[in-house]
Amino acid sequence: MSEFHSHRLERRATQARVGLALAFTVLLGAFFRAQVVEHERFRLRAESNRLREIPLAAPRGALLDRHGQVIADNIPGYTVRVLAVSADSLQAVLDRMATLVPVDSAVRARALERFRRTPYQPAIVFPDASFETVSRLEEHRPALTGLVIQAEPKRHYPDGKAVAHLVGYVGEVTERELDEQRYPGARLGTIVGRLGLEQEYDSSLRGRAGVRYVEINARGRLVREDGAPSLAPEAGRPLTTTVDLALQRYVDSLWTADLPGVRGALLALTPKGEILALYSAPSYDPNLFIGGISGDDWRRLTTDSARPMMNRAIQAMYNPASPFKLAIAAMGMKRGLVNLRSRMPITCTGGIQVGNRYFRCWKREGHGSLDLEGAVAQSCNVYFYQLGMRLGVNAILEEGAAMGFAERSGVDLENEIQPIYPTTTAYFDRRYTPRGWSARSVELNFSIGQGENTQSLINMVAFYQAMSSGGKVGPPYLVRPREGHVRDLGLSDEQLEGLRLAMVQVVQRGTARASAQQQFQLAGKTGTAQNPFGKDHGWFLGFGPADEPKIIVGAIMEFAEHGSSVAPYVAKVVRRYLVGPEPAEEAVPIQLPGIVVDSAPRVLELGPTPRPVEAPARESVLTPALEPPVP
Amino acid sequence: MRRGLDRPLLVIVGLLLLFGLLVLYSAGQTDVPTAATGAWKRQLVWIGGGLVILFVASRTSPRLLEWGAPALYVFSLVLLALTLVIGTGTGTAAGTKSWIAIGGYRLGQPSELAKLALILILARYLSSRRSAPQTLRELIPPGLLAGIPFLLVMAQPDLGSAIVFVGIFFAMLFWAGTPGRLLFLTLSPVVSLLLAFNTTIWGAWMVALLILLLVWRPYAIEAVTVYIVNSAMGAVAIPLWKRLAPYQQNRLLTFLNPEVDPQNAGYQAIQSKNAIGSGGWLGHGFTEGPQKRLAFLPEQYTDFIFSVVGEELGFLGVTIALGLFLALFLTLVRVARRATDPFSSLLAFGVLGLLFTHVFENVGMTVNVMPITGIPLPFFSYGGSFLLSCCLAVGLAIRVARDSRLAGYSE
Repeated sequence: MSEFHSHRLERRATQARVGLALAFTVLLGAFFRAQVVEHERFRLRAESNRLREIPLAAPRGALLDRHGQVIADNIPGYTVRVLAVSADSLQAVLDRMATLVPVDSAVRARALERFRRTPYQPAIVFPDASFETVSRLEEHRPALTGLVIQAEPKRHYPDGKAVAHLVGYVGEVTERELDEQRYPGARLGTIVGRLGLEQEYDSSLRGRAGVRYVEINARGRLVREDGAPSLAPEAGRPLTTTVDLALQRYVDSLWTADLPGVRGALLALTPKGEILALYSAPSYDPNLFIGGISGDDWRRLTTDSARPMMNRAIQAMYNPASPFKLAIAAMGMKRGLVNLRSRMPITCTGGIQVGNRYFRCWKREGHGSLDLEGAVAQSCNVYFYQLGMRLGVNAILEEGAAMGFAERSGVDLENEIQPIYPTTTAYFDRRYTPRGWSARSVELNFSIGQGENTQSLINMVAFYQAMSSGGKVGPPYLVRPREGHVRDLGLSDEQLEGLRLAMVQVVQRGTARASAQQQFQLAGKTGTAQNPFGKDHGWFLGFGPADEPKIIVGAIMEFAEHGSSVAPYVAKVVRRYLVGPEPAEEAVPIQLPGIVVDSAPRVLELGPTPRPVEAPARESVLTPALEPPVP
Repeated sequence: MRRGLDRPLLVIVGLLLLFGLLVLYSAGQTDVPTAATGAWKRQLVWIGGGLVILFVASRTSPRLLEWGAPALYVFSLVLLALTLVIGTGTGTAAGTKSWIAIGGYRLGQPSELAKLALILILARYLSSRRSAPQTLRELIPPGLLAGIPFLLVMAQPDLGSAIVFVGIFFAMLFWAGTPGRLLFLTLSPVVSLLLAFNTTIWGAWMVALLILLLVWRPYAIEAVTVYIVNSAMGAVAIPLWKRLAPYQQNRLLTFLNPEVDPQNAGYQAIQSKNAIGSGGWLGHGFTEGPQKRLAFLPEQYTDFIFSVVGEELGFLGVTIALGLFLALFLTLVRVARRATDPFSSLLAFGVLGLLFTHVFENVGMTVNVMPITGIPLPFFSYGGSFLLSCCLAVGLAIRVARDSRLAGYSE
């Protein structure tokens, strides 16, 4: 066969060698590309194959009161997660888990949902597992593929419901919040602050989550706990607040003991605006939210007609009522219309005729002739009707806005409600058409704190803070004041002194005289806010000691009917702060005033009364523990 | 026997067997027990058997083989046909019929025997001719010899092994001196089949083919046939594609882009390349490969054993392993070149074709150079019948080398 001649064979051998060399060059080139050129890419891919990230929660920064007492801290807890390769295998592990510890359908559904959202991360099954659960699972670890138990700090509020509205609560960030970028730096599964201080200062409290890598095999089984160097979490920064925890607790105990079922709020400030206590009733236990609130608890909290989740100190609005008379007095002084000794032309005979209508004072027999001081002390409507009309609607709206009634107080908390206070008459034109309202009725209504004027407790307290503390103050705050919220009443020291003296008279011989104190002088103003849905709401805003205020306290109690029934509690809080704990606090019976009723008349009719944003339940299910005062 | 022994060939094969055994041992070192655990011990037994067969084969006269080739070839065809009837599958290929088992005990894969038988029968046929095939018509008899076992294996279906028959066929035709352009024309319908999925490219290909036919001027009838077959292939490609089993389609698709189906068909390709790529220059160290340890590597002791080399020994280990294979093949070229007679020469080159097809396809698929087909790597992959047939093939080559040395061959 001629093809097998040596030289022809040699030529083919050479061709074969070249062909082989080419083929091996191709192979080697492919390996070179994968192993040398693209090594880093494949290394990462191989690692993400076998390494799973387990987030390490950072301990949240503690919340401390002004004396360093703990309002919120962390306690050790356990998070149980399951690493799974598929939803089916997760189901299987949950089935096996259910034979050891209770796994209800909600837990199961939530774990599956978490797995669907982040299939490459271990799905949280029990966000806050008890030690028993953990030890039971740990015993059966071999049967539970992909079980990851992580000791993690859990938020704890030692005072529970006493501080709920102050601190808010914490919970897992939702997908929507992530989309909206509401919590910068948060990822799925991150615990973030909701409401209160937890939300406001979340970014510094939260710290930065760390991460731990575990190694898994192709079947999703955990092989090594320390798959790669882990990143330690960075603890959140502790936050010192202006709160006086002892006072806060006192308010809670007072409310719990004496006012069970009464809805309302109490707020205490220093003259500088530091919030000493912020309490809203009913309250809730923020510890319920740790590890995810159960469906039942959540339904209970959100469907309760008393709305325990609402912070009535900043989120509810009420007609400011009689406490607003001080604002009218301040406006009159500022405009130079009155001083402390000014009297009005018409003496109070139980009412006043304006146009073709008769407007009543709350005291049918009348107050007689009063100067401004007396009118404040007795809360005489007739006096303020006349002052209001003398000011005129434009002055009332302008000065009210200048004194901060049209703006939020600017407290460093989210969700503070915007008060309703028209700044010009255009509001009424829009609302009632230009011919549908009269300036006179606005003047009459506003002069006694009714009408289209609803204020939050904190905004009213901030006004009293300004009146008692030099006329110009920054916003109330829990940690640090927000910029740009200065409230300037524009009154001289003399005028402020006059208002202060008038408020002393309220307690000395006026509507709140039952709350007078021996150890110090209390000043303040009672009020009754009209409530179209039920019994009226009671106000009291006060401060002490009257000559050199150290604390300003305001309270609102829904359905309390009269401010004079709120005053004793405010007095107690002021006393507690100024004098300290009494030997037997509860032993002192509250002497309800037997004489004074400070009730704003309801004869005014001027379109519908602006509805308070917080619509109280129509039926007055809760009976205030206060006895209705006898006129 | 010592005289005339081709030491380099024996040393290279010895090193490959040792290397393969070590890698197989490592493949069994996983964090979770797999079928690979302890496979190296069983393989050691097979290697012992393989060495015996290698020795026996090296004592077998090529004349005897030449004489017995037709009978062996027919026997292997019968076995292949029988396999289709009573064959069983194994492992991941449980749906196919490539094993002959008696009483539940698997005796081996007849396709391994058929490969050797094809080498022998082609060597006999091609060496008996006065000259190498020059026309397409002359390619029909050898084409049938290779085509019958090819189709029988395809019917199992075992695409990987079937490709080996093609490899052997073309390697031996080439070595017999068949003109390159004839081989090219023979292969052209396959090119048409592949290119038919893009009409423009296929059109360009048909134009180029026409020009080539005009330049080379084969017999008119053959030129027309080639052209018609190419056109037909272009026409049937898509209907044929649709008739493929989904797993076959997926394998081909995932070869083009493994990310098409990363969880199933692309899984092996991706995991293998991840493991190899993560090896880098020096690898993770012997037995230390994390992807292998955690069982991410599929079939790490059979078809994908070379991924373990890549992951644990890095580019260096890959170069050494491929270097050994290249050395083996160059040695086989030398053996074929110096063989005393055309039959022996073709026999040695057929062995080269067999081993090369296995190595190129197997190693190529681990780095996604070749599509994934279930085909083992000589001397590395776990498996009895394949190791035995490799040893047998190498034994035959050693015999050919010995004969030429004893005949006093020198350059």
